[in-house]
Amino acid sequence: MTLTVSDLTISRGGIPVLEGLNFSLEPGGALVLRGPNGVGKTTLLRTVAGLQPAVAGTVECDPESIAYAAHSDGLKGMLTVSENLHFWADIFGTKGIDAALKGFDLEGLVDRPASALSAGQKRRLGLARLLVTGRPIWILDEPTVSLDVASVEMFADAVRAHLAAGGSALIATHIDLGLEAEVFDVGPYRAKPENSTDAFSGSFDEGFL
Amino acid sequence: MGSIWEYANPVKFVRTSEIVLPWVSVIAMVTLVVGLVWGFFFTPDDYRQGSTVKIIYLHVPAALMAINVWFMMLVTSLIWLIRRHHVSALAAKAAAPVGIIMTVIALVTGAIWGQPMWGTWWAWDPRLTSFLILFLFYLGYIALWEAIDNPDTAADLTAVLCIVGSVFAVLSRYAVNFWNQGLHQGASLSLDKEENVADVFSTPLYICMVGFGFLFIALVFLRTRTEIHKRRTKALLARERLG
Amino acid sequence: MIALLVRDMKLAMRAGGGFGLGLAFFLIVTVLVPFGVGPESGLLSKIAPGILWLGALLACLLSLDRIFALDWEDGSLDLLATSPLPMEGVVTIKALAHWLTTGLPLCLAAPLFGLLLSLPDTGYVWLVLSLVIGTPALSVVGTFGAALTVGLKRGGLLLSLLVLPLYVPTLIFGAEVARRGALGMDAMTPLLMLGGITAGTIALLPFASALVLRVNLR
Repeated sequence: MTLTVSDLTISRGGIPVLEGLNFSLEPGGALVLRGPNGVGKTTLLRTVAGLQPAVAGTVECDPESIAYAAHSDGLKGMLTVSENLHFWADIFGTKGIDAALKGFDLEGLVDRPASALSAGQKRRLGLARLLVTGRPIWILDEPTVSLDVASVEMFADAVRAHLAAGGSALIATHIDLGLEAEVFDVGPYRAKPENSTDAFSGSFDEGFL
Repeated sequence: MGSIWEYANPVKFVRTSEIVLPWVSVIAMVTLVVGLVWGFFFTPDDYRQGSTVKIIYLHVPAALMAINVWFMMLVTSLIWLIRRHHVSALAAKAAAPVGIIMTVIALVTGAIWGQPMWGTWWAWDPRLTSFLILFLFYLGYIALWEAIDNPDTAADLTAVLCIVGSVFAVLSRYAVNFWNQGLHQGASLSLDKEENVADVFSTPLYICMVGFGFLFIALVFLRTRTEIHKRRTKALLARERLG
Repeated sequence: MIALLVRDMKLAMRAGGGFGLGLAFFLIVTVLVPFGVGPESGLLSKIAPGILWLGALLACLLSLDRIFALDWEDGSLDLLATSPLPMEGVVTIKALAHWLTTGLPLCLAAPLFGLLLSLPDTGYVWLVLSLVIGTPALSVVGTFGAALTVGLKRGGLLLSLLVLPLYVPTLIFGAEVARRGALGMDAMTPLLMLGGITAGTIALLPFASALVLRVNLR
């Protein structure tokens, strides 16, 4: 399952932030997005994940093959670790959460309510969710926030295993994960104001400027 | 002269409306003055209702516009959702306050007329109630526009609300009719000759209705232009911040 | 989809889920009414159907902003949007969960509250019947309102403003069924109308809700 992004322009709040993006992600490959804060990495990931429409250009990929992990983990504090994971496994129609628990060292916390986890443990649980989705393309937004060194290594192992199994990953991160990954710096693709007359999708509304 | 959608281009719209607006305004003014003066001073008093009947020249056109403005918003909302012309969404936004004012005029003049006729300012008559509900719909629609920052999101959400609201407004109308058969007179101008108002009253009434129609068109043109300029200012500021 | 329903029910039942709050609110409204209009049982029995319907409607309204707000805050909504579930399915399940946790208890408790307001004997069957048929529409319409206002910081008040006019037809027909039932009149016509509105909203409104929810997520 290849993800191909061609000539993509994305906008945040109606204002274009990045333009002319081209990249592709082959099975087994990983792509690390770099760029200063506020440049539009999150917006790019949301666009690729299909949560928001592109201003121009295309994202070619089956939306049913993407697993998206955002800043927030979508955990329910009132449910236990295993209930949280079982829920997502049911939603994605996969069976078994043992591998996910093992991969992120959550086995000892199975019956703990998610609200009683530390920030790092919550994050691990959020990432473990990726394993139960069973989807080949991971789109990860700052996955290592609040993880300690050992957990980052755990995460890197999970990504490596995922890639080895023919999956792929698009990751926005600032730290070096020690992955065999291409780095894609989005900084140079910042939308130029003079080109961005069509802040409102398409040339039709250029008249606003 | 190309397709009608050309006018959905903001620039084209602003240019065209600049030419059309003065004419429409003048027509609105003239028809309103003629219709209202004729209606107020040159028609006889009704044999039952006396001179109170003359408020009809404000009441009926306002009520008519109150409904038609919502209908126009429904059409422009559909155009926005289907064809994504920003001018269309902005026209719907521009029309809503005009519509709510028309509704208020219809309600207030109705109350003023109702007091001497029915002996009460307000009754839970189906027509009155329906207009009150219409007022609430306008209120919600405008409030939703005001509440959302992103103009495209606001346009989408209000457009869907307008469509859903239209369906429920019609449902409410039937429900209210079912709930209470009222004392409001039937439609004053209908093809059914029996209940028509007399011809002496109807000609100035028609003129007033045309006048209100043109007044509405003028106001919507003006307000849509304002919205376009506002949107443009916003876009320019955004570009400045970007650069 | 069943997993989502099960999860929402669990969340509602567990501590802090707010299950029963609507019911308590309904009770308080019912108790306050006699304080407002006087204890005379003739008057109370006359207005009981309307008060009970209004109380149920307000209790329903109270819990609407919870439908999506929590899932929005913790990011679950984004994840659900990228999941295999169709958005229409998500909003339908959300409405169903809302009805099961709010509407259904209200229907079951209504006869008890009818007792407090000296509802005539003939009225109970019709009251419960009208609530059972009418409250699903309240949940579905409310879900639409909640989807419209999900991203807004002070959406609660706006939500009421948007949803209440949409409740008018359901309230009119529902209260009419209960009123006619209490008076021993034939209530079949408004009951059918009520059923029609509920069926129509359940069939069509989830599409609108899903559309606005997607707009709000981007």
